[in-house]
Amino acid sequence: MSNILECKNLRKQYGKLVALNDINLELPEGKIIGLLGPNGSGKTTLIKLASGLLVPSSGQITVGGNAPGIESKKIISYLPERNYLDNTMTVNQLIGFFGDFYPDFDKNKAVDMLTRLNIDSARKLKTLSKGTKEKVQLIMVMSRNAKLYILDEPIGGVDPAARDYILETIISNYNEDATILISTHLIADIESVLDDFVFIKNGEIVMQSSVDKIRDEQGKSVDALFREEFKC
Amino acid sequence: MAWDFESDRSIYSQIIEHFELSILSGELLPGAKLDSVRELASQASVNPNTMQRALSELERIGLVYTQRTNGRFITQDLSAIENARNNFAKKHIIDFLNRMQSLGLNKAQIIDLIEKYYEEDLQ
Repeated sequence: MSNILECKNLRKQYGKLVALNDINLELPEGKIIGLLGPNGSGKTTLIKLASGLLVPSSGQITVGGNAPGIESKKIISYLPERNYLDNTMTVNQLIGFFGDFYPDFDKNKAVDMLTRLNIDSARKLKTLSKGTKEKVQLIMVMSRNAKLYILDEPIGGVDPAARDYILETIISNYNEDATILISTHLIADIESVLDDFVFIKNGEIVMQSSVDKIRDEQGKSVDALFREEFKC
Repeated sequence: MAWDFESDRSIYSQIIEHFELSILSGELLPGAKLDSVRELASQASVNPNTMQRALSELERIGLVYTQRTNGRFITQDLSAIENARNNFAKKHIIDFLNRMQSLGLNKAQIIDLIEKYYEEDLQ
């Protein structure tokens, strides 16, 4: 199996602050992978490097064999941590916008999911509640037929019912050739959805394994392991 | 509604057990059609790859079979189900015996207690 994302001695510094310290990481195709670490561990920095929003200080990162750029952006569907959409757009306009931007955007799929949620597509984004807006954003991102989905904290800040909806959307739209990278610190909620996980701590990868392997070998959940590893 | 999973064992083995129990208890009847991997994964709130692996294992042990293009079904081979029932019972009895032995009970005492509570429970 080939890798969708590779990092070689990847390093990112903001001034004197080292955010990522010589990271070596390979993420295979066809997996749902958790990027797990406490606040400030480097999760979002790594994601921004993969999506081309930041440039490495040294070392390499490739997605589908290419350094971040036009080619890599075609195959990455990225859900940022924050709402980045134009609030004055209606949901319909947003669908058109995504369709214009991404050749792999499946409009019918998006409309289908919005209908099932009873979201009125004529409404402007700014009139939607925070939870609904997050769902709309996720629907847009999951309606692309990408190779790598990068979801930065998709379940933070929403209520448990919305969380369930988001996880179900991820599961039911997952295509077995694609990889989904989910960053979060809410591990217990997503553990059963993950194949593999990566622990990141102070800018370094401290563990990469499969969820079931940890459960079988150590007789405990990844959530419990995380609490030990990152005990304050 | 997501299935309940314990945190000390693999999700894969718990999915297999969930199906075994549903088949043995008659909740899933012989010959019944199973939902697709994606639907099942969604119902259980688990990774589709893990669901797929669990179903393959259930196929390997003969509780489930695939009909090309039609999907997956529960076996109609009653001896396979009987076999699974025995294995399931054996596993739980061994667990139980180990716990009773750790309490310092011997075979005769365990059997006495089983008979005593079996009767009480039936009344």
